[in-house]
Amino acid sequence: MTAAREVAEAAERRDVRNRWYLTAPALIIIMLAAIGPLFIMVVYSFLGKGDYGGVTAAFSTDAWFGVLLERDIFDDTLGFADAHMIIFWRSVRLAGVTTILTLLLGFPTAYFITTRPEKQRDIWLFLVTIPFWTNLLIRTFAIQELIRRDGIINNVLTGLGIVDEPLQMLNTDFAIGLGMVYVYLPLMVLPIYASMEKLDFRMVEAGYDLYAGRLAVLRRIIIPLVKPGIIAGSILVFIPALGAYVAPALLGGGRNMMISNLISLQFGQGRNWPLGAALSITLMAIVMVALLVYVRNASRSSARAH
Amino acid sequence: MWQRGVAPLTAGNATCKLAAGFTSKNKTQDLILAGDRMVSAAAVEAKNVTKIFGVGQDGVRALDRVSVTIRENEFFTLLGPSGCGKTTLLRLIAGFDFPTEGEILLYGQDIAPLPPYKRPVNTVFQNYSLFPHMTVGQNIGFGLEMLGKPKAEVDARVTEMLRLVRMEELRNRKTSQISGGQQQRVALARALAPQPKVLLLDEPLSALDYKLRKDMQIELKRLQNETGITFIFVTHDQEEALTMSDRIAVMSKGHILQVGSPREIYDHPAERFVANFIGETNFLKGDVAGIAGGKADVRLAGGTAVAATLPEGFAPNGGVTVVIRPEHAQVAPAGGRATLNGTVENVVYFGTDTHIHLRLDEGGEFIVRQQNSRDRPVTVVQGDKAGVLIGDNVAQVLRD
Amino acid sequence: MAAATKPFIVNRMPGFGTMAIAVFLMLYLPISLLIIFSFNERESLAVWGGFSWRWYEAAWQNRDIKDAAFRSLWLAGFAATIATAAATLAAIATTRGKPFLGMTTVYAVINMPLMVPEIVTAVALLIFFAWIKVATGYTGAAYLVAAHAAFCVPFAYLPIRARLESMDATLEVAAADLYASPWQAFRRITLPLLWPGIIAGFMLAFVISLDDVVITEHIKSAGMETLPTYMLGQLRRSMSPEVNAVSAIFFLLSVVLVTFFFFLNRKK
Repeated sequence: MTAAREVAEAAERRDVRNRWYLTAPALIIIMLAAIGPLFIMVVYSFLGKGDYGGVTAAFSTDAWFGVLLERDIFDDTLGFADAHMIIFWRSVRLAGVTTILTLLLGFPTAYFITTRPEKQRDIWLFLVTIPFWTNLLIRTFAIQELIRRDGIINNVLTGLGIVDEPLQMLNTDFAIGLGMVYVYLPLMVLPIYASMEKLDFRMVEAGYDLYAGRLAVLRRIIIPLVKPGIIAGSILVFIPALGAYVAPALLGGGRNMMISNLISLQFGQGRNWPLGAALSITLMAIVMVALLVYVRNASRSSARAH
Repeated sequence: MWQRGVAPLTAGNATCKLAAGFTSKNKTQDLILAGDRMVSAAAVEAKNVTKIFGVGQDGVRALDRVSVTIRENEFFTLLGPSGCGKTTLLRLIAGFDFPTEGEILLYGQDIAPLPPYKRPVNTVFQNYSLFPHMTVGQNIGFGLEMLGKPKAEVDARVTEMLRLVRMEELRNRKTSQISGGQQQRVALARALAPQPKVLLLDEPLSALDYKLRKDMQIELKRLQNETGITFIFVTHDQEEALTMSDRIAVMSKGHILQVGSPREIYDHPAERFVANFIGETNFLKGDVAGIAGGKADVRLAGGTAVAATLPEGFAPNGGVTVVIRPEHAQVAPAGGRATLNGTVENVVYFGTDTHIHLRLDEGGEFIVRQQNSRDRPVTVVQGDKAGVLIGDNVAQVLRD
Repeated sequence: MAAATKPFIVNRMPGFGTMAIAVFLMLYLPISLLIIFSFNERESLAVWGGFSWRWYEAAWQNRDIKDAAFRSLWLAGFAATIATAAATLAAIATTRGKPFLGMTTVYAVINMPLMVPEIVTAVALLIFFAWIKVATGYTGAAYLVAAHAAFCVPFAYLPIRARLESMDATLEVAAADLYASPWQAFRRITLPLLWPGIIAGFMLAFVISLDDVVITEHIKSAGMETLPTYMLGQLRRSMSPEVNAVSAIFFLLSVVLVTFFFFLNRKK
């Protein structure tokens, strides 16, 4: 008896060991070139800033202070870092607006695809997926071309006489928002579609049968049952939008920065690596919180369904 | 005479009450049995309704010029095999789909322009379609909520309905946490709560096990009796149809083949399909010798003649097929008075009855069903020569 | 006497169809214009001057572009290969059999790059590699390969794992019953069936690597441009319609890959 069990246990231990060996390459690569460096960054955030970039070996909390506060150069008082505040607020605001707009546009789109006959649906999904797989830079660039002063929209508007002067659309918050909506729209459509596809439309029929009009059916039956998809889509849009780099870089010009541009600046002209590290960790923290809220919400709604 | 003005088609305006003070439907029963068909109002009328799915060559004719009148307060069943169009017709009445041609009238008014949420018609779905994100109570109250009833009224009605289907303690349970039979009752309560004029039931009992189904059949019949709501019931189970219905419409391949009371359908099937679909039947070929007073004198292949009833408006001559139910014939000694003669092929004991399978002398099979009673036991055995005695008026001539 | 009014269709929501079509048009309008104007005779990006291949020719002659394109391609190839190989092994280890201690951690680590904002990874790597550069003096391409391989792993992992999970686990048991060793079972049964998933994972990783701009931009050494970083540089300064032509080609590549991907999924 025990001999057999020993053999079985040895085999199991060997199996587990083998599995660790198998996952090792992936783990090593990721630890080295993705996660490990994060810890180094934490360390750096507590160091002093070097004169030409880089860090000094001295411990300092200046960086963390610098995230939110700044010392007034004239009277040396501590006040809120207005420039940073504006950037944080812009990032949160734009990410929020992007999420809402993609939701308003993406929900009917997902619904449309779901209500196509089976054979057609693949084609529509295909059409949504192509922009999704197209280079982010190209997509953002396409928007830039559209809204520049000498771009197509302005040409049409001035040509038709609707406006006298070309509109200033580029290098504004509007441009960044537009770019992000354009880029992240497929990320909202696909999760909502995944949820809607599972919706039993007989329940919609039951709703109509019981005197619910179109709006009531939407509000009371369709949306509640598709909520997991809506939440997933919202997270999938909000988080990347919050940390967006390319859209504000190309569409906002140098002035309308978002958090990621601010971070990037610290490692370039700003020459404040510790501050950059601190800002990065702050961004990560916000993202983690958002993810946590999502995971808690997702598990709670699936628990409710059972 | 029932008066029916142009009543506004809102569900709140029903003449039926629940729980207390039910409108009795007995008056209607008497009138129907008296054969006075014009008396009670038509609740639902289909006029030459055709429904084609798809286009052109691939089009499927789910319903083909179907016309039927369903009366107020009756328990009407659409019976047929899957694909016959019964569910399609139900969905057209509910409003989930629209007829390609033809009209559907509700109390005389064309309901084509009305979407489902404006029709005082409610449906019990085959898979119940309960809203999973709402409790039992919320499901039941949903229709009334949508109609804008005040909360107090909705709550009161929900309590009433829960008592009606005996599920008071499950009010706050999520619908995913109750059993199939309970879900079925919730679906029923949900559809009855807004007091519709017509209740549509789409094979609601098909997912239940035997005992539960039998119980629910009695429940449904009782409910229909008490509330006086017109029930339109769809099923493929002929036994269900026979036990519950006031009238049955037998359907096949998009056509209504025959409409009548269970007894009429069973005893006097007009079409081969109807005869075959419902119960067991014997088919015999014969020639019409003469027609007198609505009955035909049919000379059977064996030589003897039987008096057979004719379907309405059918006056054939020449070759016909007649049908005879196994329990309407008797085994008799060969020769003599026997209508047909043959050899006993098989005697099958069924507990309550015995089926005697005979091979007729002139070819073909005949089954006689005899109840196993003490004083008149079955005496024939396999191999015996025996005869079949067919009385007058038990044979029915088929339209085809 | 058919109904003269509009029939009620259950799953139609008023306005949704129009909005959806508008969305689809909006999704393709900017890119379509971009592609159209890549064939513009004139340098303008708004005024049409006639059809011409000139920008494509210019792009073809441009050494910087060719350099960057080449680098992008081999970088993506290397990174995707490494990532797919590692992901395949990891997927096999984490999908079959009993969950072992620490498996959830492994799963979390593998999927981490998906959850961390790109800029954060970018600067973290910047710091880390800067430190290594100082310590060893190496400024080669290995940094790029390592970084790309790392963030490509989760993208390769997910399709492979999905494919593995949808595969019938009893097939391997049947193989074992028929005297196959684990390696043989893997080679003859699992691998062939897993192949579409591996290819899907590789393609996804390849595209993700090609696409990357944020991380590459921050960790690249001087002169090591990939196509996206080159384009970013161009777009920040003057505009050159060659970038249009390059974008159009890039887009075509995406279409080809997505089509391939879709057919791969369909065959399943």
